[in-house]
Amino acid sequence: MPIEQIRRIEGRALPLRGDNTDTDRIIPARFLRSITFEGLENHLFEDDREQLRAAGQPHPIDEAKYTGASILLVNVNFGCGSSREHAPQAIRRYGIRAIVGESFSEIFFGNSVALGMPCVTADASVLTELMSLVERDPSVELSVDLEGMRVSVGQATHRIALPPAPRESFLDGTWDATGLLLDRFEDVEAVAARLPYVGGNWR
Amino acid sequence: MGSTLLEKVWDAHTVRKLPNGQTQLFIGLHLIHEVTTPQAFDMLRARGWHVRFPERTIATVDHIVPTRDQRRPFLDVMAEDMFSALERNCRDEGIRLFDMSTGSQGIVHVIGPELGLTQPGMTIACGDSHTSTHGALGAVAFGIGTSQVRDVLASQCLAMEPMRVRRILVRGRLGRGVYAKDVILEIIRRLGVKGGVGFAYEYAGDTIERMTMDERMTICNMSIEGGARAGYVNPDQVTFDYLRGRRFAPQGDDFEKACRWWSSMASDANASYDDQVEIDAASIRPTVTWGINPGQSVYVDEPLPSPSSAPQSDRSAIDEALTFMGLSAGSRIRGTRIDVAFVGSCTNGRLSDLREAARVIRGRHVAPHVRALVVPGSQPVRLAAEREGLDRIFIEAGFDWRGAGCSMCLAMNPDKLEGREICASSSNRNFKGRQGSPTGRTLLMSPAMVAAAAVAGEVVDIREIVNAD
Repeated sequence: MPIEQIRRIEGRALPLRGDNTDTDRIIPARFLRSITFEGLENHLFEDDREQLRAAGQPHPIDEAKYTGASILLVNVNFGCGSSREHAPQAIRRYGIRAIVGESFSEIFFGNSVALGMPCVTADASVLTELMSLVERDPSVELSVDLEGMRVSVGQATHRIALPPAPRESFLDGTWDATGLLLDRFEDVEAVAARLPYVGGNWR
Repeated sequence: MGSTLLEKVWDAHTVRKLPNGQTQLFIGLHLIHEVTTPQAFDMLRARGWHVRFPERTIATVDHIVPTRDQRRPFLDVMAEDMFSALERNCRDEGIRLFDMSTGSQGIVHVIGPELGLTQPGMTIACGDSHTSTHGALGAVAFGIGTSQVRDVLASQCLAMEPMRVRRILVRGRLGRGVYAKDVILEIIRRLGVKGGVGFAYEYAGDTIERMTMDERMTICNMSIEGGARAGYVNPDQVTFDYLRGRRFAPQGDDFEKACRWWSSMASDANASYDDQVEIDAASIRPTVTWGINPGQSVYVDEPLPSPSSAPQSDRSAIDEALTFMGLSAGSRIRGTRIDVAFVGSCTNGRLSDLREAARVIRGRHVAPHVRALVVPGSQPVRLAAEREGLDRIFIEAGFDWRGAGCSMCLAMNPDKLEGREICASSSNRNFKGRQGSPTGRTLLMSPAMVAAAAVAGEVVDIREIVNAD
């Protein structure tokens, strides 16, 4: 199993304003009609982008100044709705390596952990400040530090939060859980044997 | 101090604490479908692994199946590819697949309970957020992503964070024309679309206890729309009566023994909860969504919110939703002209839902400008409905009577909205573009309200019809 420790993500940022951004918007269902995740990045936010383009206000993804960004800035309840891993897959394949937001949906958060893409939270005021800063100067470099639990830009640093378990997994490179789950398989078999419905041994 | 069902089920399925503090949780039933699994099987193969408990994974095909002509190969090449991949993966790994030839195919969250696969006290996972549906039978059931599907295939386990429990007590009698769908829309409106993050919702109180299993499934199904990954109802006699005699339920003496174990898994009377909310059932009125998330709803006779009178933090969201929907602040949702009526989905595609819709349209006809379709949740639902003659009622009223699947809930098959069409829908999500057209618009409501809207050609107050009948 390849082990990749994730301690710090550095790069330029892409601000995406708005609450409750659902996974249908991140990747519309028609692009799930495939047996691989390949090429999903080409359809990231496709419908939102098209509608904004038609209205003459380009979506941040379509603004050249954000090209090459590796940190996504979002607001409240990002990734709500469908459990489709296609959503974080599309974001990761687009080149994003960490997301800083006010809050995340639980399934999206877990899917992102499994891809090695940390979703860290910060206060609303921090997001407002970071987004405004990046909108003014898209060339600024952000640093998301999972050891020190802070996001910094220039001289300014802000606190970020991440639950202890996923943080630990990123730091020690065990965010891909399967190997761990297979480690003590006899324990799994013991639990299965104890459950009445698994063996049909109703007492 | 007693324990909640969630705590008991969690404890019974805990394999060990992982080094990072998460729980390694055994998954008693793993349900899979064609959309979120092909990549998981590829990941498994890439690592040279196999499915460890093939008998604990059950497959069906639902999202991409056409509902008009279901002959193989499907005309849609991509849909056929996805179905073939599922067939191949199931064959290679010895997983039972309920396809159309079995007569048991349908939406994964409809067939699990229907077959008696879903049982109280289980942990259930599926690569689909509406897995919370199975909580209606007293299981701890939640949606997962594809990498986690891989984990379950490989180990029958997941690495999980603990969940807190919020008890939602619903008490009192529902008025005529008010359904389980209205109750869950009310809960989501009150607690918000992210209010449930980190929680499992335990639905309790006399209103819930009086509900049939189908109604409880409607409630639990939409837990995720309120941010709660799981929702459940404690198992009781309604649950046991529902399960008795079902194909995969324990049979004979085992059934009585199983009932004892199931009862023992219910929350204790003195259990403690992380939060509790009370809802007065009598105050709930028929509810319709007006916006672009399931928390944006109003009673059918209530005015739509206005950005100017909303808290500052909500203004832009209300404005964005009203603009997308083409609705005006302060106007009423009642009277909104619809183009499409959809009865179906894992929320409201069961026999009782079809009966309620049929009762409203019997002897009436769909408005000339409305395209209306009924998509049963499963082949058995379709067959049972036909035995009762519901298909004739729908067809005579001008509805299309279709084969089972997810259909226009998320439009991964040919059933889609066109352009800016407005759909009265018994499904669960009104997100932008959800029903297949990027600019299509969805109004969520109960199946009876959908049927009434189909006939009137506009959103109506179902109470005027049920009270007149």
